[in-house]
Amino acid sequence: MIQTVRQTGWMVVRQARNLAREPIWIAMMVIQPMLWLLLYGQLFSKVTPLRAGASSYVEFLAPGIICMNAFFSGSWSGMAMISDLDRHVIDRFLAAPASRLAIILSQIVRAGVTAVLQAIILLAIGYILGVRVHGGVPGFLAVFAAAFLLAAVFAGFSHGIALLLRREASMIASATFVQLPLMFLSSILIGVALMPGWIREVSRFNPVNWGVQAARNGVVFDGPWGATAIYLLLLVAATAATCAFATWSFRAYQRSI
Amino acid sequence: MDAIVAEDLRKRYKTVQALDGVSFSVREGEVFGLLGPNGAGKSTTVRVLTTLTRPDSGRALVAGEDVVRHPNRVRRAIGYVAQDSGVDWEATGRENLLLQGRIHGMAGPSLHARVAELLEMLGIADAADRVARGYSGGMKRRLDIALGLVHRPRVLFLDEPTTGLDPEARAAMWVEVERLSAEEGLSILLTTHYLEEADRLAERVAIVSRGRIVVEGAPEALKAGLHGESVTLELAEADHRGEEAAAVVRSIDGTSEVKVEGRHVRSRVPNGAQAIPAILSALDGRGFPVASVTTARPSLDDVYLHYTGREFAAEDEEGKQ
Repeated sequence: MIQTVRQTGWMVVRQARNLAREPIWIAMMVIQPMLWLLLYGQLFSKVTPLRAGASSYVEFLAPGIICMNAFFSGSWSGMAMISDLDRHVIDRFLAAPASRLAIILSQIVRAGVTAVLQAIILLAIGYILGVRVHGGVPGFLAVFAAAFLLAAVFAGFSHGIALLLRREASMIASATFVQLPLMFLSSILIGVALMPGWIREVSRFNPVNWGVQAARNGVVFDGPWGATAIYLLLLVAATAATCAFATWSFRAYQRSI
Repeated sequence: MDAIVAEDLRKRYKTVQALDGVSFSVREGEVFGLLGPNGAGKSTTVRVLTTLTRPDSGRALVAGEDVVRHPNRVRRAIGYVAQDSGVDWEATGRENLLLQGRIHGMAGPSLHARVAELLEMLGIADAADRVARGYSGGMKRRLDIALGLVHRPRVLFLDEPTTGLDPEARAAMWVEVERLSAEEGLSILLTTHYLEEADRLAERVAIVSRGRIVVEGAPEALKAGLHGESVTLELAEADHRGEEAAAVVRSIDGTSEVKVEGRHVRSRVPNGAQAIPAILSALDGRGFPVASVTTARPSLDDVYLHYTGREFAAEDEEGKQ
């Protein structure tokens, strides 16, 4: 157990250091969420009903974009696994006493921390555009937890798929297949009240929507904290499930080599 | 205690029986060569012994531990240098080695000292703090070996250690393996599809063909076991009559394993000096002028041909497809 935690830590260090050596990646990590916020914020700014009680559409949108960004980057994060598989780094770890859980957890932590950093950047940009976090300290905690957990849920899923498919093209296809439906079946862009009835029903089972609701409670509505905690706990459970799936996928991978 | 014991290992991938009952043992401290063409099952054997994949049936002990029941105990005792480099390209040589040591539970100044020692030993100390993406093939291979040695394993697996290296780097690698065996007292399992590599490095070899071990022994003993010499005749006229010439050679008493390769006719005889005059006069009498004759003591190539009935090179090409 202690060994797994230590190994997770060292593997997170490895990924952070390797990514820090990719200036393009850092630039994209910073610029892309800003573009989302500015473009969507402008596009729908005149449609007053969309903002569902927020003081401006961009304030309504900011927590949504934070969550969208987190689950997008989580669902792409399996590409790192493909590259490690292609370069046989994973085989080297597996023939050494590396914990499979640590390999997965390190990727999940990396995706989660990245999402939190991007959330900070988005809130800073948002501040300039008039976005305020009305929930205070618990509000900040809720939005960061939502970002971390959404990235974690989808990183676990993405790494499981990466271990099963092991090909970049298949990864891209499956990530794209998941991303857009989950985005539109959530309240990222519009309030729940404006959704058609069936989408509202479906969105209750969409982990992306759990994150958006929690983050929006923190930024826009200042509560209710009980419901927010439940959304976050659901995301913790979903993370455990996808993480278990990814760890299990190692077996399928090892059977095939 | 033997370093490795493999008993009747079998493994099937969908349509291919990769291992069809592989059994052999490697003694403590020896360099053992698994020799065979591409696709013979060498790498699958290594993947089973290094716990990367499980056999369908059979049993294997590495450093005294069962690979299926106690994989983590095996992992702590072995170093694995895969056929394909497992180097993390975006990390420096030193960072690669430090992480590998940490996975093995090493830490602190002793880990740093061990890493520095290995970088020095394998001649990559100058490049230690450069990102491995820029390393040459030979340097990556050296780093791979260092990665396999960080935790001072008792058994080292080298899967095709010189494939893809230029001749100079290959020669350097041979020296390195000899040094590891002599100075570190490691038990080494080496797989190769280069006959001369097994001949040079391995104290004992097992020849693998189509998922089975066909013969096992010291290279010298295997060659001596063949008795006699190989005679290669080069026909002067390349007019596709090789098979007819081969038939003539076959008709002579004492010749065996007669094969045609282009304008060369190869055969095995008990004694070259005695057989050559008879072969030459028979060919001459039937109108086959001979350009040159060479005799050679048996090579592992001949051993392979003898035990499998197939040409090593042809089998190797087939295995690549």
